[in-house]
Amino acid sequence: MSITEKTEREDLGAAGAQLSTAPVDTFAEAPALGLLGWLRWMWRQLTSMRVALILLFLLSLAAIPGSLIPQHSDQLKLEAFKAKHTTVSPIYEKVGLFHVYSSPWFAAIYILLFVSLAGCIVPRSWQFVGQLRSRPPRAPRNLTRLPAYSTWRTDASPEEVTEAARKALRGRRFRTSVTDTSVAGEKGYLREFGNLVFHVSLFGLLIAFALTSLEKAEGGKLVVEGDGFVNNLTQYDDFSGGTLYGADDLQPFGFDLDNFEQKYATSGPEKGTALKFQANIHYYSGTDGKPVKGKISINHPLSIGGEKVYLISHGYAPVVSIKDAKGNVVREIVPFLPTDTAMTSPGVIKATDTLGTDGKPDQLAFRGIFTPTVALNATRGWYSTFPTLQKPMLILNALHGDLGIDSGAQQNVYQLDDTHLKAFTNSDGSPFAKAMQIGDTMVLPNGAGSLTFEGVKTWASFSITHQAGNEGALISGVGAILGLAGSLFIQRRRIWVRAVRAEDGVTVVEMGGLGRSESARIADEIGDVALQLLPDAPVRPEDEADGEAPPPAADAGAENEPAAGTTAVNDDEGARA
Amino acid sequence: MNIAAAVNENFANNSNYLIRSAMFVYALAFLAHLAEWVFGGRSKIAVQSAALIEEAQAKEAEAEAAKQKAARQVTVKTAAGSTVTLERPAVVTRASASDRGIADGPGAAGGDEKGDRYGRIAVSFTVLAWLLHASGVAFRAASVQRAPWGNMYEFSTTFGAVAVGTYLLLLALKKDVRWIGLFLTTTVLLDLGLALSVLYTSSEQLVPALHSYWLWIHVSCAIISGAIFYLAAVGTMLFLFRDHYEVAVTAGKATDGRWGDIMRRLPSAASLDKFAYRMNALVFPLWTFTIIAGAIWAQAAWGRYWGWDPKETWAFITWVAYACYLHARATAGWKGRKAAYLALVAFGCFLFNYYGVNIFVSGKHSYAGV
Repeated sequence: MSITEKTEREDLGAAGAQLSTAPVDTFAEAPALGLLGWLRWMWRQLTSMRVALILLFLLSLAAIPGSLIPQHSDQLKLEAFKAKHTTVSPIYEKVGLFHVYSSPWFAAIYILLFVSLAGCIVPRSWQFVGQLRSRPPRAPRNLTRLPAYSTWRTDASPEEVTEAARKALRGRRFRTSVTDTSVAGEKGYLREFGNLVFHVSLFGLLIAFALTSLEKAEGGKLVVEGDGFVNNLTQYDDFSGGTLYGADDLQPFGFDLDNFEQKYATSGPEKGTALKFQANIHYYSGTDGKPVKGKISINHPLSIGGEKVYLISHGYAPVVSIKDAKGNVVREIVPFLPTDTAMTSPGVIKATDTLGTDGKPDQLAFRGIFTPTVALNATRGWYSTFPTLQKPMLILNALHGDLGIDSGAQQNVYQLDDTHLKAFTNSDGSPFAKAMQIGDTMVLPNGAGSLTFEGVKTWASFSITHQAGNEGALISGVGAILGLAGSLFIQRRRIWVRAVRAEDGVTVVEMGGLGRSESARIADEIGDVALQLLPDAPVRPEDEADGEAPPPAADAGAENEPAAGTTAVNDDEGARA
Repeated sequence: MNIAAAVNENFANNSNYLIRSAMFVYALAFLAHLAEWVFGGRSKIAVQSAALIEEAQAKEAEAEAAKQKAARQVTVKTAAGSTVTLERPAVVTRASASDRGIADGPGAAGGDEKGDRYGRIAVSFTVLAWLLHASGVAFRAASVQRAPWGNMYEFSTTFGAVAVGTYLLLLALKKDVRWIGLFLTTTVLLDLGLALSVLYTSSEQLVPALHSYWLWIHVSCAIISGAIFYLAAVGTMLFLFRDHYEVAVTAGKATDGRWGDIMRRLPSAASLDKFAYRMNALVFPLWTFTIIAGAIWAQAAWGRYWGWDPKETWAFITWVAYACYLHARATAGWKGRKAAYLALVAFGCFLFNYYGVNIFVSGKHSYAGV
């Protein structure tokens, strides 16, 4: 197979060359001696299609583990995985399997790939510019060797034929160049151009990616209705900055959450499915801007001063007032985090400044579940059946002792550190617990205090992000698609027409076509051009009679296809008549 | 609200009936295709080994002649008949290097009249089944009043409809693709069966994250890309079999078994390869667009255009695998079988992205409803 290809190339000579600027793949033999020789050899290997292919394949292979093993971006899942797989986790950690896409070996693959790409694209671009500036190559000596070929004899002079051919090809938007006896035409440069645009766009994407990750900053904030947020570091629940964008760069703006709207289907098979989540807010930019009404919903973030605020999740925050043994009252609004779509929400309540019956500090803590529409089930325990507040219930256990906050260590507000806490118990020793509707009060044993469930507020959590490189990525993406379409759908091809006076004084017209891709259309196009030439270079009548000059249409396949050709001929006759 | 819900439920039920009826008719089409292959088989005409050898020799001679033609570089094919065409010069085309000069097989019916009749019946059944199938999808859409692509059940049914629709469109364009019929009806039956039994989700509203017009753009492109990638994958698989067979034929080995009898009737390896390539090259830009549209949507919904979510990662892997295939086809030493294996790997990635990621991996695209 390859031998045939090689001979083909040799047969066609310059005419067949450079129909594309695709690199000719040759595995260089043993490199010349010396460092320079080795370097040149390695560079040639790296930029060869073969190595590029292998790198592409490696890239897809290397991307796989990151989709199956939890990554650093999802800390929660990662911790669970580490706890479960204690033996492999250290190994995974060492080889970077928990942060595949920022690991050195993943970077190595794509950097090599892009270097290889650059080594391929830059010379190809120059070559392409060269092709655009030069003329289509001259006709090969032997046009019969081309994939599509046609010939006939005519009484028109060679000059008339070449001029007509030039016009016909120009009319078909071919670039043409005329030599004394032949016309060369070439078309479909956009294929190569598209190819280059596509590959250059990939570089654009890479740069945009890099910019994005360098300048991306993201923070999260949970806001209870009625509360607000101001964009500075102290206000964030969590914040991660980029190399080029840190806490100092935060834009001054803020917003207040007026209320959170949620709508669910209340009947039909889709009962309970969310229809609408929307945070209604007032926002302001700058330090003394006027508040403006706005809304944030999923898919519709709010843009304030170059930053975007996304709605991430929402839930309920029970409002409780806690009275300690000495009668001091604190009122708290405590967000509980939902674990299912019906908003069954576990949570903890901490009272840090309470006193015990003896007058000494004795912190109180409550742990339990809030359910907007309560149900009790022997296996599941307390849970919620519907996400709106139809039958709200707060079920709590109570504990007291030391919350461990005063030690100064960072503590998760949604978890209790049990080490120095003691659960209240009933007289029979079972844990003390109470399920409360709004307005109910839980009186702790032994006069330790009480907790009143006063009401419920909704909360919404937001992600505030700063991102750069989006436009670059979008433009590159669009460029990649357009380039790809050009390079896959456009055919680059050449057509040559030669007219020579034979020894008997009759002009012999020869026409050959060469396409880069394996399209059969080049033959049809040759046929069409031939048809177009016929008025200026009619077939000599006596040739038709003896049927000598055109090769006989011997193939049986010809019988199946004439429809298009025939009508074309008829049309043509009609046009001339 | 209640009345509307009842109407919706009615629509959903109608949709289910239609999909089930479609499956029944697809099964009929499947049987008719089987009959086509059986009647087209040589064993039915009771051709004995002498005739087989004769044909093998004839084929060899044909291949030899084709080679010689290639050597003279004149394989003749004109775009004109005999009488009117005197005026039009004949165009001579030369077989390309990858062409062995072996002609396409006669098709499943193998030239047998009865087989051909069954083949036509099969196509008619497929058209009927597709109409039922497509209206089933439409009713589903009416019942949920949105794009019917919110979960795996809906995606699977639409996917099958698009694959069969593309096949029928190719047939309508007078492309010779009836050879794909048996494989297509088989897999569509599997696809729908799986959708109804394992993936079924009753008609539901979407979670708010999917309330976006990007659902129409992103998911429809994914479905069309997948369906056409699938047709290409069938072509590629058959190319590998047929290529194997052609190698045996040119080597003069016996190919008169039942397997050879099936292979004989397929299009030539070169045609199958071309078919697969065209299909893949046609949708590769669309697949690229699918990913980019997804990225734009992700930017709007989640605040980042790319986050290495499992679904995104596998879409990327699939993309790279198809890019590998397209490059391999243009690289000496990788053409033909090696490139074909790459195409199959790439489609495997697509399938994993659909079934594997939805069912076994949890990520932001977890709308499987399983």
